[in-house]
Amino acid sequence: MRDLVARLSGRTEIYLAVVVVVVGAVLSVLSPYFFTLSNFIDLVETYSVTAILAMGLFVVLVSGGIDISFAATASVAQYATALVGTDLGWPAYVCIPFGLGVGALLGTINAVLIHYLRITSIIITIATMSVYFGLLMYFSGGKSIYTLPDWLSTRVVFYEGQTAGGDLIRITLPMVVMLGAVLLTFVLMTRLSAGRQLYAMGGNPEAARRLGVNIAAMHVLAYGYLGFMAGLAGLIQAHRVGESVPNALVGHELNVLAAAVLGGASLTGGIGSVPGVILGIILLAMLQNGLNILGVSSYFFQIVIGLAILLSTSITGLSSRAGRRRQRVIRAAEAVRV
Amino acid sequence: MSEEVGAPRRLDIDGLLRRMRQGARGDIVGLTILLIALVGLFSILLPSSFPAIATVQSMMFQMPELGLLALAMVVPLISGGLNLAIIATANQCALLMAWIMTHYIAADTGSGDIALVIAAALAAGLVYSALVGLITGTLVATLGVHPILVTLGTMSVIDGISIYLTRGTIISGFPDAFQWIGNGTVFDLPAPFLLLVIAAAAVGLVLSRTPFGISVFMIGSNLEATRYSGVDTRRVIIGVYTLSSVLCFLAGTLMMARFNSASAEYAQSYLLITILSAVLGGIDPFGGFGRIAGLMISLIVLQVISSGLNLLGVNQHLTLAIWGFTLIAAMAVRFYLAPLIAEKVRSAHRAGADGDHRARGTRESARRP
Repeated sequence: MRDLVARLSGRTEIYLAVVVVVVGAVLSVLSPYFFTLSNFIDLVETYSVTAILAMGLFVVLVSGGIDISFAATASVAQYATALVGTDLGWPAYVCIPFGLGVGALLGTINAVLIHYLRITSIIITIATMSVYFGLLMYFSGGKSIYTLPDWLSTRVVFYEGQTAGGDLIRITLPMVVMLGAVLLTFVLMTRLSAGRQLYAMGGNPEAARRLGVNIAAMHVLAYGYLGFMAGLAGLIQAHRVGESVPNALVGHELNVLAAAVLGGASLTGGIGSVPGVILGIILLAMLQNGLNILGVSSYFFQIVIGLAILLSTSITGLSSRAGRRRQRVIRAAEAVRV
Repeated sequence: MSEEVGAPRRLDIDGLLRRMRQGARGDIVGLTILLIALVGLFSILLPSSFPAIATVQSMMFQMPELGLLALAMVVPLISGGLNLAIIATANQCALLMAWIMTHYIAADTGSGDIALVIAAALAAGLVYSALVGLITGTLVATLGVHPILVTLGTMSVIDGISIYLTRGTIISGFPDAFQWIGNGTVFDLPAPFLLLVIAAAAVGLVLSRTPFGISVFMIGSNLEATRYSGVDTRRVIIGVYTLSSVLCFLAGTLMMARFNSASAEYAQSYLLITILSAVLGGIDPFGGFGRIAGLMISLIVLQVISSGLNLLGVNQHLTLAIWGFTLIAAMAVRFYLAPLIAEKVRSAHRAGADGDHRARGTRESARRP
């Protein structure tokens, strides 16, 4: 038990969990509707796309990079899938892998450019974002696809029931896919050697290279994984809204980044965890939802997000830096053992 | 480091300063060649409409908007940081000034009073932008967190306040005298272009000729080393973000004068383009190196591409894609030519670091004697 406390103390996830509980408690007291099962189910459904994207971005952040292009990638994957699904009439079992493949391919292009041109990731992904999004808008002419194939737009309900209060509860496809994405990312980052190698690379790329980590493969893994998740998020987003709008996702990159960073993922790499990122998303979701329920203007929400980011960065920034450095050393040591 | 290394280093201070001011070698030459090639290409494709006074003048009207915002981004970039709040700051200053002008100027206000109100609005915008910069700079300097995060937060707060107060509406209708800033000309030279040239020259001089400017470059290279060499790095960082914010005030003024309106939503798509133009202009994204002249040529390159394609009747979204391609191509050329051009600088030391860390490694090896 003392071991566990020692391991958990000083970690961002703990601060965050406390904040989430406090905010949740306050909102529950203020509004009886907040702490209901149906509200939670709604929230999970609403934030499924953000969570899938955040999982992918988290992997890139851990590897020590950053990616700005994922929303453009998601849009391209979504639009391309919608196009081959409607115009060419490809069946679902071809279209879905196609969409995910487009996402992974665009992510891999980022990785190849970053690795072989030795350019910092933020610059490359700003450039590729411009290219992906510019070409998408050019070739689509900015036109939306309103009639998606049935397999994409039909709602899939895995479970339907009623609470004691009579509210309808549905477990839908986006929630299940999101859960799958979270589990997959968790397994990748904590149970597979590739995940350990990503942590090592993010902590210190030169040290990781000398230990025999294949940096090129790790770049492809991280950015390809994010591309794959972006493709998935694009498909789920189209599924949820029942249409494909080329510029629907672009412009929300920084919100996803905020969620990942709130959850303790460090921009310098090597630090962060899946539960932390999930907590970050929960916090943002709760704040938005809570303010909505309380009747606070939705215009106010952005100010709250900003303050939350500033507050959380202040806490991480001012809390002992030595501790974080030690943690990084431990991580690297663990990676060696694998 | 032993003493024998110290002596030649001291002698080479001038060389070091020159290198700081010049940025990556060959960038300006390469960009100029690219610019000439582009101008030649468009002149062949569009012999009657591209090489015309009207086209040049319209380019001079369009460029300064992105130009001033890019200047606001470049100063923090050179210091090794980033200011994601530039567009938000520019829009908020514009909204503040717009509110003052629309509130205190009625149809029957005399011209003397109008001038007074305009001056008051500009003063308020300037003071407000400086205040925003002071706060941002203080946060960056004291928190020790990467400026991306701090300015992501301030961006969100500033944008949120603007949207909350305006409910997403625009404020419009300013006096003619004010609109001149965006649409007037001096000897056929557009006023916005003159504003950009003056601002760029001022920023260039401050960065390369003042102790503050040299400190900015030094911090961009190595914050800790700069602090140990006796520079008050916190004050310099606060100065960097204040300067960046004040440049946002200029950009905001220009935008509202050009559009005759102000809104929280304007120019949002420019945020990442400012970084693109800076890196294309040879500014090191890790900080420490770069020249304002490079940024200016890069801005002209982007504007020539945009105007040329526009005259060819190409969709503006393709322009965005081609801007992205241009940056990737420029980075690729830089990567493959850099070893040839900078052979003298780069000695036997070749840090084998990979990925994102390689640029840092190169810079360190370049600095070793």
